[in-house]
Amino acid sequence: MAAPELLSDEGYRADGRRPAELRKVRARMGVFAQADGSAYIEQGNTKALAVVYGPHEMRGSRSKALPDRALVNCQYSMATFSTGERRRRPHGDRQAGELALHLKQTFEAAILTHLYPRSQIDIYVQILQADGGNYCACVNAATLAVMDAGIPMRDYVCACSAGLAEDTPLADRSPEEAAGGPRLVLALLPASGQIALLQLSARLHQERLEAALEAAGQACRALHAVLDRVVRDRLREVTALLGD
Amino acid sequence: MKATPLSNCERRFILRAIEERKRLDGRQCYDYRNVRISFGADYGCCIVELGKTRILAQVSCELVPPKPNRPTEGILFFNLELSPMAAPGFEPGRQPELLVKLNRLIERCLRNSKCIDTESLCVVAGEKVWQIRLDLHLLNHDGNIIDAASIAGIVALCHFRRPDVSVQGEEVTVYTPEERDPVPLSIHHMPICVSFAFFQQGTYLLVDPSEREESVMDGLLVIAMNKHREICTIQSSGGIMLVKDQVLRCSKITAVKVAEITDLIQKALENDQKVRKEGGKFGFAESIPNQKITAFKMESATVDTNNVEEQAEEIITKADPPSEVFAKPILHTPGTAQIGEGMENSWGDLEESEKEEAVEEEGESEVTAFECEKIETEDTSTMRETKDEPIVLSDSEEEEVVILEPQELPKKTRTQTSSKQETTSKKAFNKRRKKKRAAH
Repeated sequence: MAAPELLSDEGYRADGRRPAELRKVRARMGVFAQADGSAYIEQGNTKALAVVYGPHEMRGSRSKALPDRALVNCQYSMATFSTGERRRRPHGDRQAGELALHLKQTFEAAILTHLYPRSQIDIYVQILQADGGNYCACVNAATLAVMDAGIPMRDYVCACSAGLAEDTPLADRSPEEAAGGPRLVLALLPASGQIALLQLSARLHQERLEAALEAAGQACRALHAVLDRVVRDRLREVTALLGD
Repeated sequence: MKATPLSNCERRFILRAIEERKRLDGRQCYDYRNVRISFGADYGCCIVELGKTRILAQVSCELVPPKPNRPTEGILFFNLELSPMAAPGFEPGRQPELLVKLNRLIERCLRNSKCIDTESLCVVAGEKVWQIRLDLHLLNHDGNIIDAASIAGIVALCHFRRPDVSVQGEEVTVYTPEERDPVPLSIHHMPICVSFAFFQQGTYLLVDPSEREESVMDGLLVIAMNKHREICTIQSSGGIMLVKDQVLRCSKITAVKVAEITDLIQKALENDQKVRKEGGKFGFAESIPNQKITAFKMESATVDTNNVEEQAEEIITKADPPSEVFAKPILHTPGTAQIGEGMENSWGDLEESEKEEAVEEEGESEVTAFECEKIETEDTSTMRETKDEPIVLSDSEEEEVVILEPQELPKKTRTQTSSKQETTSKKAFNKRRKKKRAAH
């Protein structure tokens, strides 16, 4: 099986993007009236929906309540129509469990949980169409949803994936590029440059790690600019409605 | 069963020790525990011991139809099990988060890195391929399951031999081990996971955390690398915030460690190969050391105790001399003497009746204890001082110490004593005790 050519001679990728270019991002906040916070994001063809409830009292077992901080509860599910072949189980398989764990870990680090002791914050993420970069779209959607709910966070959490084609790092990989080469997923707090989650699969030589990290970091910062604009537009919209 | 929670003082102790760059078992920050690999009698079975953490790995194979979207590739299946045998906190049946995390890490480390050539597992394209199944069982949990699991997994896969197969036209013949020697799997490289534990928001970093260290850590970073310095997987977990430099530094440390461990694995595999070829005894039974009463073998401690005596002498000579010792023995009765009175009872409030009993029993036990011993206690000197001073105000709720009648005293190990002397000595004890309490 010949490896697909990731980068053409002129420096264009398979879908016509430049190496450091992200796919088109469209986002909306406040899509549901019922939830405390909600957001919808489209990155290329990947569509993700995030809903936040909280902070509220602990549901279920009270014994799990942490005395000094809030508990972040995440659930990740992929709709059965999200992939090319119909999926049997929207959630409950190992991959969904792992991604939910990663989400929980990311947001526990980013949300100021010590302000809400003995309470629970629920984050539910649903993938409507999976076209590469599922986890990243989830994190970005969840960030917007948490902001929409008014829960204080240390900073935006922006996630992006990066790959390598020979020596050139590629930002925001699409699934055609996913077949060959290593994949690095990074969740970053842009202002301080702190990494909330780092995941790498497939082989990458140690020398190239720095370049890949740098490329992913740049992509996250670019994404941060886009998300920031979305939040500010929403704020303007909401205050206009309130007649301020 | 619920695991015993870690006490706050233990947690503080471990964190303080880490701040001073000391670990409980005497290791340096970047040191691994001893790795021991032993093989079973069958091919593909091994036990790896990383310190006290033990994992058993077993590889098995089966001919199955391939997956529809990959007709020419074999199937790999990895499974890690945590049973209550390993730690009381693991419950049978329920899948904790830890299990999901570990399983996914093992899968990514071994499957996505393409360390096994799956194309070579194909027998008849589209119809029959080998399914290789790796089962890992945790036998004892003393921290750092993932490293031990990755070592055990790759060693078992390298050790495994599958039956030889020949295809003639439509016929597929699987040879038994007696007919034809079994064939090893084709393994490109050996990915090994190295775990880094972070403490105090990433200020301190330890390699190969033990179970205690894991329970107080902030977060974990796992880097899997092979000896060609290719990173197979990186996974950060636990909600710590990392900085890029830390990740790069960790990857450099990983390269060094992986080289060492890969050497060890190669040696172990070669050894086992040699033993089997020469017809020697192999298997788990051989690797368990003989327990004979006459042969006592102790593993060398990791803490250097060579010049402990000199260090101790130094400390003693430099320290302040002990306070004056009240060495005059008190003779209660012929045959019963006492030197010193021992430490203050600091058990706090007791019930009235228990108080009396405790007071009485204490007095007795002290007497018996100090009959033959010479103990230097600073308390004796304070006791002397308080005897001269009047009673000072104290918030102790044990102001009233009720003294039982001498006849009701249970005579434990004392020789016959006159009751009067007993009373006086007892009263003396209790008065002193009261005053001591007052002083404190």
